[in-house]
Amino acid sequence: MNGEMSGEELAAFEALRKTDPALDQEIVSHQAFLNTLQEYGSRHKLISEMNAIHEGLNIDAIKSDVIPTSTIIRILWNKYRMNAAVAASVAILAVFATLFSTGFFSRTNALNSGYNALRREMKEVDRKIQRSKNEVIRDIKSGSVKKGPAKVSQYAGTGFALTTSGYIVTNNHVVEGADSVYVQSINGESYKVKTVYKDPKYDIAILQITDDSFSSLKSLPYTFKKSSSNLGEFVYTIGFPRDNYVLGNGYVSSETGFEGDTIQYQIDIPVNGGNSGGPLLDSKGNIIGVISGKQDNADGASFAIKSKYLLKVIDDMPYKDKKELTLNKKNLLSGLSRTDQIDKVRDCVFMVKVY
Amino acid sequence: MSRDIKRSEPTDSEVILGILNGSTDTLERLYKAYFPMILQMVVMNNGTDDDAKDIFQESVIVLYDKVKSGNFELNSKLKTFIYSVCRRLWLKRLKQLSRNSGSIKDFEDVLPVEPDLERHEEKDRQFRQMEESLNKLGEPCKTIIEDFYINNRSMQEICAKFGYTNADNAKNQKYKCLQRLKKMFFQTF
Repeated sequence: MNGEMSGEELAAFEALRKTDPALDQEIVSHQAFLNTLQEYGSRHKLISEMNAIHEGLNIDAIKSDVIPTSTIIRILWNKYRMNAAVAASVAILAVFATLFSTGFFSRTNALNSGYNALRREMKEVDRKIQRSKNEVIRDIKSGSVKKGPAKVSQYAGTGFALTTSGYIVTNNHVVEGADSVYVQSINGESYKVKTVYKDPKYDIAILQITDDSFSSLKSLPYTFKKSSSNLGEFVYTIGFPRDNYVLGNGYVSSETGFEGDTIQYQIDIPVNGGNSGGPLLDSKGNIIGVISGKQDNADGASFAIKSKYLLKVIDDMPYKDKKELTLNKKNLLSGLSRTDQIDKVRDCVFMVKVY
Repeated sequence: MSRDIKRSEPTDSEVILGILNGSTDTLERLYKAYFPMILQMVVMNNGTDDDAKDIFQESVIVLYDKVKSGNFELNSKLKTFIYSVCRRLWLKRLKQLSRNSGSIKDFEDVLPVEPDLERHEEKDRQFRQMEESLNKLGEPCKTIIEDFYINNRSMQEICAKFGYTNADNAKNQKYKCLQRLKKMFFQTF
């Protein structure tokens, strides 16, 4: 095929072709095939030569010669338009994700309302203190079966006694969603309580101590004021913004509460989470309110539910839940100094521990 | 600087001669002379740099085929011929990619080139076929075939390269490979 045959062979070969058409056909097609193969080869070669030349070109220089800058910019924009869009969306998503995760949106609502219902969330530090305290108590009372909770509570607030028999009042939001509730006296003794009544509208909850180890209080030194208190009345509260009770002191700064709420007073006592549910007393030793919340975006604006409404709640309670709930009518504090009053009142104030 | 001026646009007859002689120098001059205008046409009509390269190289192949097949009559400038071919190819490509409304901004005159392109397409198909079949052959057949038929190496060289004991052995091997290639080529053709 490659012309490698000698002249003689070639002649014989040609003759054979003439006589045998089938063979001839085959040879023709074979030649055609080889031709195609070779053309393929040369095209392949051409392409690689061209690519080599192309590599040596300075495309950008050529482009700047023949294509106006405006077109180049437009082309670049079209090319990276998608990338820009993706980058922008990712940026926006990231912003929103950050805002969301740092509680911007929920806090915005809170900021808008401004009302901060005070429930103390027990941090790890607090829990450690609680644990060691529990242990100390157990040591002291070794021998007696301590029915106190083994775990450390999740939330804490304040409550105060309504009766010597162990009815305790606190805020509804303190015990909201609780699996179990305990109260702890200032001596550190814990008692299990049952939530006997909840009034979300007035944010009041009535608890009853169901613990056998509880023995009745000696006496209740305060009474509950039925009427409203005046602007400027000097008031104080005892509560548990931390593990040890704290005295807060101030005056009634408004006859209405948050956003004009008529069931609350505004007081200027600085309160914190944990104070919720604590008693608000006037200088004569009357309970005039139940601490309930504070305003976030204003200094020194705290709120307490008027005692009038506490009494209303107790009134509204179904009889079966308040069988032994008769309120004290004898005030033992009226002539006493502040410090003496506190001495008597604090025995009736409890930390409310929510699990 | 002066060298560039000297080596600028080759005359049409120079190009044709160069193609027939297989001169790489001509190819280079031709490439450098006419690629910019194609780059301009393609990029200004929704194309990328790579599109321009593909289109241009295809048109050069068309030109080469036409010249080598012997029926090349140039009625106008070579430049116009190349431009017209590229234009047609690009229009077709745009329609495929539906990237265009169907019209192209022109920067040069245009010739009718349909028949050439039809032939080109036919050949293109054949070559794709060939490429595919060769690739399917695998080694060592592919290299043997390429060396013998395309690179025109002698049997001796191939024998040495692949380590066959003698030329006849190599020839046998080559024959077998060729048969296989043929079979594959015509099978899918």
